[in-house]
Amino acid sequence: MSQEKKRDLKKVGRRDEASASPNPETVEKGKKMKENIDKLLDEIDEVLEENAEEFVKNYVQKGGE
Amino acid sequence: MTPRILGTETEFGVAVKDAGVQDPVSNAILLVNSVAAVPSRTTLWDYENENPLVDARGFEVEGEKERPAPDYNRLLNKLLGNGGRLYVDGAHPEYATPECTRIADVVRYEKAGERIVEACRMGADRTSGDRRFVIYKNNTDGKGNSYGYHENYLVSRSVPFMRFATHLTPFFVTRQIFAGAGKVGAENRADSAPYQMSQRADFFEVLVDLNTMVKRPIINTRDEPHADPAKYRRLHVIVGDANMSEVTTYLKLGVTALVVSMIEEGYMVKEPKLADAVRSIKDVSRDLTLKQPIALDDGRQWTAVQVQEYYLETAHRYCAERGADPETKDILARWERVLRLLASDPSQLSREIDWVIKQDLLQSYIDRKGCDWDDPRVAMMDLQYHDLRPEKGLFATLDKGGYVDRLVDPNTIDEALTAPPTDTRAYFRGRCLQKFPDRVYAASWASILFDVGQAVVKRIPLNEPARGTKALVGALLDESDTVEALVSRLSA
Repeated sequence: MSQEKKRDLKKVGRRDEASASPNPETVEKGKKMKENIDKLLDEIDEVLEENAEEFVKNYVQKGGE
Repeated sequence: MTPRILGTETEFGVAVKDAGVQDPVSNAILLVNSVAAVPSRTTLWDYENENPLVDARGFEVEGEKERPAPDYNRLLNKLLGNGGRLYVDGAHPEYATPECTRIADVVRYEKAGERIVEACRMGADRTSGDRRFVIYKNNTDGKGNSYGYHENYLVSRSVPFMRFATHLTPFFVTRQIFAGAGKVGAENRADSAPYQMSQRADFFEVLVDLNTMVKRPIINTRDEPHADPAKYRRLHVIVGDANMSEVTTYLKLGVTALVVSMIEEGYMVKEPKLADAVRSIKDVSRDLTLKQPIALDDGRQWTAVQVQEYYLETAHRYCAERGADPETKDILARWERVLRLLASDPSQLSREIDWVIKQDLLQSYIDRKGCDWDDPRVAMMDLQYHDLRPEKGLFATLDKGGYVDRLVDPNTIDEALTAPPTDTRAYFRGRCLQKFPDRVYAASWASILFDVGQAVVKRIPLNEPARGTKALVGALLDESDTVEALVSRLSA
């Protein structure tokens, strides 16, 4: 992957960058959002399958339709 | 605007933990036969009218028609009280919604299907010792094997098939910008990508064909109307992803139904023809900035959003001239807003559009862990986004935490587990199965066969999908206490 592509990908993946502004309400909202995301990511860490590499490798389907 | 009959079919992926030797076909059979509640476990699927070998371009290919013997037929097929079908397709469990006319109803019945299949998984786990099943509503194993999600739109036979093919191609190539379910990586020898919009785009190799399993076409020509073949076609759309987000599913089906109507009624005259649709479908899927232009065959360069805007403008004119029901107006407004946000800031759609929801989640994880898109944990998250278990699925986790928007009242999804829609022939099918479970010998989309005793079967054709509604047969069903009474009143 080119560096440029990686940068683009990071850019479109960030939702808080586009709405960044010094408005205190927005800052507060941003803080709340960050807390929410942290809470969510903690949850994800809890539910994510263990041995991700092995699990993904073993997931082979016959394909259908 | 006459109501459009439509529905979806979803093939599910299956993982087995602590499996020993795995046989995907036996697993799919076990899962389907672990269904919690069906009106009857003996009713057969009626294959009489099925022929997936007829091509809409006017010929029939050679091949073997599926005609399983009764015992095997029962193992493969479960006819649901909601009018839908749960079955084994090859090596995958599959769920087809009943026929609906309202888009929100299809969303409801598709979500009900997820719960039905999740209940199958719990049932199978209980009877399988140490084996544990996991079921995914996605479309790929990430290793070049894809399983489908098909949409069905009933259209008039009088419209030439190639008119649909021509006008739908640019629409389908670009629809993924709001309908994609998101995927980490690339496969099927397509160009590498850290993340792309569509699960399926990598698998489309030709423009138009009858195949669905190899060399998949953007436009599928299967001509199997499941209705009066003189009056109807069923557009069998295989190009889409299975979505987790209710809002994405609603938009995908609603916008497509609207475009199908515009084509049917002659509103699409000059389509923006793509120079290379098979190439573009993969390019669009990879362009997360939505800024890269696609080459049209007349040399112009349009972005995917611009192509969609062309259809949107025509839809505005169509709805202004022909009138639109409240649901269609809502779909039109949402489509317009989503296209505007896709062009300006796609991350604004991280509560509504699957590929954005997933990208946002994965990017947050990557930022926290300081890992990259090729980290196995990220691939795991991509898969687990589609996990149907409420306590494990990542989409389910987002949903529970209020991170994503819903479209339908969850209570109405509960109802859709058992109650058929009231405004299509699915009502008649579902009610008959529930009221006379031991007397329905077989059924299909277009037929019900009653066992009338002494080894005689009475076949009731259901060739008109918009008939058999509650308004037309509700009272008749209520008042008929026996199959005999029903049959005699139907033939009167």
